[in-house]
Amino acid sequence: MTDVREAIFIGHTTDGRTVRRPMSPHLQIYKPQITSALSIFHRITGCALSAGTLLLVWWLVAAATSDGAFATVSAVVHTWLGHLVLFGWTAALWYHFCAGIRHLAWDSGYGFELSEVHATGKLVLIATGVLTVLTWLIGFVVV
Amino acid sequence: MAEHQTQTIMRSGLGRARGLGSAKSGTAHWWAERVTSVALVPLTLWFILVMYKLIGVPRAAIATWASSPVNATLLIALVLITFHHMALGLQVVIEDYIHNERTRLASILAMKGATGLLAIASLVAILKLALAG
Repeated sequence: MTDVREAIFIGHTTDGRTVRRPMSPHLQIYKPQITSALSIFHRITGCALSAGTLLLVWWLVAAATSDGAFATVSAVVHTWLGHLVLFGWTAALWYHFCAGIRHLAWDSGYGFELSEVHATGKLVLIATGVLTVLTWLIGFVVV
Repeated sequence: MAEHQTQTIMRSGLGRARGLGSAKSGTAHWWAERVTSVALVPLTLWFILVMYKLIGVPRAAIATWASSPVNATLLIALVLITFHHMALGLQVVIEDYIHNERTRLASILAMKGATGLLAIASLVAILKLALAG
């Protein structure tokens, strides 16, 4: 045992043998559902947004440093790859934003019925798509 | 005659064996994550509107924008709360997936150091833009 929490994995079969109990859920055999998929996606977008803050910090620090440093950031952002990263960043932001509000509603005690969970889950996906596209459409008009 | 006092131990045998007890500081962590997320709702919407104004403009224009105390205050609030929220979230991710005690502690400390330094770097950059142009 390398970790005291391993204790919860100790089990016994009917004939008395000690076995390591399986971990639940079995991700390999679990049917993907909107509930579990959106849950892990909230975490994945959170991690992606964490990495994305590096871009924000780079932009801020370069703006505060010199024209040369700022020109480098601008050049990188204005490549097709830069735009792709920014688009993904926007999508991840809107997803985490909408799913986060769904979490806050749960924390306040609302929306626990399975029908509501499915409905709000779909709403989060639709809202993410609409807001991401809208953000970029407005961006093309305004910027 | 002395009265015998008995005390019922409510913790399970497994709970004592694991030595972890109840949730400890979990509630404070959970609550801080919620408080920062609520603050980030308006700040994020504000940030997107700001980006329409600031993307593609020269450095001097960003400095002029940041020289407004309202803009600098909100941007600093956004950055500090974002990194706080991020550190709270990443800590849970690390705790969930890294089971080795030493690696887990080292990862959390490294993550806290990185998020802390990034927050300070952003703060210094914003203050320099706001105060020195």
